[in-house]
Amino acid sequence: MIELHIILFFMILAALIAVEMRGLLNSVIALGAVGMGLVLQFLLLRAPDLAIVQLVVEILILILLIRATVKLDRPSESTLKENWAYVLCLLLFAGVFLWFGYRALEGLPLFGAPEMNVSDYYISNAMEQTGAANIVTSILLDFRAYDTLGEVTVLFTSIVGAIAVLRKIGRKQ
Amino acid sequence: MKEEQGMSILVKRITRMTVSLILLYGFYIALHGHLSPGGGFAGGVIFALSMIHITLAFGAEGVKEIMSKAKASFLESAGALLFLLIGVSGILSGAFFLNFLPTGYEFRFFSGGTMIFSNMAIFIKVGAGLFAVFVVLAFLGPEGHTEDNDGGEK
Repeated sequence: MIELHIILFFMILAALIAVEMRGLLNSVIALGAVGMGLVLQFLLLRAPDLAIVQLVVEILILILLIRATVKLDRPSESTLKENWAYVLCLLLFAGVFLWFGYRALEGLPLFGAPEMNVSDYYISNAMEQTGAANIVTSILLDFRAYDTLGEVTVLFTSIVGAIAVLRKIGRKQ
Repeated sequence: MKEEQGMSILVKRITRMTVSLILLYGFYIALHGHLSPGGGFAGGVIFALSMIHITLAFGAEGVKEIMSKAKASFLESAGALLFLLIGVSGILSGAFFLNFLPTGYEFRFFSGGTMIFSNMAIFIKVGAGLFAVFVVLAFLGPEGHTEDNDGGEK
């Protein structure tokens, strides 16, 4: 468990660097460090499916961000004056958020000890009912295929939206 | 022809050698999704990455004959419809998304019923869709006029 916490600390550090860096390229690289830390976390938690997906998506997002945003790098300075009302609002909302987050996380089972209600059935029956050796795939594409259809629909809609918004036909120069 | 498009000659030579291997690996990950870690989504992203590899090395003109934006859009829609078709075809034998094919033996390639086809549908859909998003986002900038042949701007 200690290595999980070390990597988590590294990820938080990289996220803070990504926020505080000047220049978009530095921020994007620090963001990549966060994603690679997440890959290691998934591998240590024995979820190779998630690790593969996270790795390839991280590389894709990194290429997209570098290719698409770095040329548009316009360092912007915040015009907000930092006075006492600003700090007070910040502290107030941070406190409210932390309190609700604490109350919401109280009801969850402990880390690494999930309540096995449905998953027991999947783990013991997935092999003989679907014939697939990879339980993750058998849940995604057989037991929960309807959810996967929703996921595919969401991805399809977002890609269609991106292509429609960023089109060049009929756009005034 | 514009010879200076894309990256240097070293990158182009290495890309010629590696890109087919990356493409093959993505195909393998998607095809063996029911046996080993991975699946249609991961394989599709690797497919999109190999296309992006070609785009970065050879420029927008080099990738156009392999995979244009119109072809990617078509393949994305076709993949989504194919996945829906697999779900709907389960109705014929009872229920939506019923696994109607024989499940076969474990650890064999032909096992899991419809999962191979679902994985391939998601593979096509995710690969083409993410590549289309990359093309749209990456060539949005002021130098992007070389990519599209459908816009009327110079």
